[in-house]
Amino acid sequence: MYDYSDFDESFVRARVDQFRHQVERRISGALTEDEFKPLRLMNGLYLQLHAYMLRVAIPYGSVNPHQMRQLAMIADRWDKGYGHFTTRQNVQYNWPKLTDVPDMLDALADVQMHAIQTSGNTIRNVTADHFAGAAADEIEDPRPTAELLRQWSTDHPEFQFLPRKFKLAVTGSAADRAVTKAHDVGIRIVRNAEGEVGYQVLVGGGLGRTPIVGQVLADFLPREDLLPYVEAVVSVYNTLGRRDNKYKARIKITSLENGLDTLREKVEARFAQLKPLFSGIDQELFRHIQSTFTRPAFKTADDAPFHAAYDTDPVFRSWVDTNVDAHREADYRIVTISIKKHGQTPGDATSDQMRLIADLAERYGHDDIRISHEQNVILPHVHVADLPALYAALKPAGLGTANAGLISDIIACPGMDYCALATARAIPVAQEIATRFDELKLEHEIGPLKIKISGCINACGHHHLGHIGILGLDRAGVENYQITLGGDGGPDTVIGTRAGPGFAYDAIVPAVERLVMAYLELREDASETFLEAYRRLGDAPFKAALYPESKANAA
Amino acid sequence: MARAFTPKVVTANDLISGDVIYLATDGSWVRDLAAAHLLTDEGDANARLFEAETQPHIAVGAYLADAAAGDNGPAPTHFREDFRAKGPSNYAHGKQEAVRHV
Repeated sequence: MYDYSDFDESFVRARVDQFRHQVERRISGALTEDEFKPLRLMNGLYLQLHAYMLRVAIPYGSVNPHQMRQLAMIADRWDKGYGHFTTRQNVQYNWPKLTDVPDMLDALADVQMHAIQTSGNTIRNVTADHFAGAAADEIEDPRPTAELLRQWSTDHPEFQFLPRKFKLAVTGSAADRAVTKAHDVGIRIVRNAEGEVGYQVLVGGGLGRTPIVGQVLADFLPREDLLPYVEAVVSVYNTLGRRDNKYKARIKITSLENGLDTLREKVEARFAQLKPLFSGIDQELFRHIQSTFTRPAFKTADDAPFHAAYDTDPVFRSWVDTNVDAHREADYRIVTISIKKHGQTPGDATSDQMRLIADLAERYGHDDIRISHEQNVILPHVHVADLPALYAALKPAGLGTANAGLISDIIACPGMDYCALATARAIPVAQEIATRFDELKLEHEIGPLKIKISGCINACGHHHLGHIGILGLDRAGVENYQITLGGDGGPDTVIGTRAGPGFAYDAIVPAVERLVMAYLELREDASETFLEAYRRLGDAPFKAALYPESKANAA
Repeated sequence: MARAFTPKVVTANDLISGDVIYLATDGSWVRDLAAAHLLTDEGDANARLFEAETQPHIAVGAYLADAAAGDNGPAPTHFREDFRAKGPSNYAHGKQEAVRHV
């Protein structure tokens, strides 16, 4: 993992010190709220519905056990004993006091963490595949590229006041667990016909009120062209992007209004200017970064205890079948620790759970922990022989739920329980769906099914990409939930289609239940997933299940 | 024709804690919606909002929120104000904690 240099350290400390004084000036009255707001946002501090919220960056979702323990300490000392992992691989504290935030930022700096550029119209936390460095299907570990982009984008003087926020994601695998097509710029590590490793650059993806799937801007860039090329993209966007209307300010709209070809021409012209300015020092830096992402010292061990447990313990077997993925090393596995116990708030981990995860990562996981955009925690390197002991430790802590990729593994934004922008609640809908299907004992029978819930049109809960998406709105002063069907956050990325009129708060969970029951009736056999059945049959039978009264009327 | 004025309360977030606060009749800030001053006259409402806006050391983002006269004082008329007055639904945190400790 990349270690901060003295330069990084002094930069972060200087920013904390600045912010401490800015808070003091706000409290003394020397700064108005209008003056202070952009300053606090630049340091990740929002004012939400009931309290401040501090959003801490977890670059490409990677944390080490030492950092995880510090996140737990911060949760206990200055918050309410938990943290909320988000769909952008960040962690949020929901209850900090303004006067405590500088101390929290100092405590983060103690473990090489910060909240810089987790808000504002800047380049945000660079996200990446949460299986990076472990996935069997990977061309290259995306984290060194993500780290290079992080260093380049942090405090980049040209890009502190973009027309709107700007999100980058990197994947090194064709399976694209980083959802690169739903980002302002998505970067895919690919091989060309000659077998050379380089980058495919996608542009203009995004969700929100105008969901658009990213398109290919450059099919193959040699390694050394990446930074000047991405700089050219952001530079063109910085001048071409609209600033008159925040709903039309993202690069997806810039691309739509100007046309992809025009955007590409402008980027290439700008790239021609920028490229000679990159002396190659970025490539030296990249090689240095790459050298810090060393492979763990994989061990050998007798896997007999694993097979014994797998063959005799059905609960353990169910967890392995659901939450454990193949690793590039034959005797290793990638473990998804579900932060979605039925009825719990998706993505919330208590300080005790964080400390346990840190301990287990040290004991069984080569000190490596990831946060996934699906709001779970990943131990990317676990020897198969250690799985029984790992599971035994997770289960009593509420971390052993066997539901990764199933109906209760729901993404939900904070919604109107916390967020000042929300138009309806999302968390209790997720809690109730998970609880209901746990009662029905059907979720393993149902199989892979992604439900994603957003509490407003900004789509932080990625509802457009849910196989079943739920969008909470305010309709004439009442919470109302629209369902979209057929979305897919996989490598091809499909935006879901709205099924019809929305449902009241107390009708949304029964509606989802009707939908899922219809799928169980309609599927060819247990191997046909919800999404496959939807694609085969179209939306008519699912709409009929959602709106039985209109079917009756039409009959 | 201008829309008829509906009763309001002055609300904001506390500068230090971020908690939801309301302006009371005596000009103090309170955390309980029921203890807020219900404003039934538009001129009074605007005057009290102005009063709130001159206290940036206490109140952030002051605005007039719809409310109705309830049995115990002002009550919310929209679910957003209901959640602001009550706190989150997934944990007994924020205002629910304060209530529990009383």
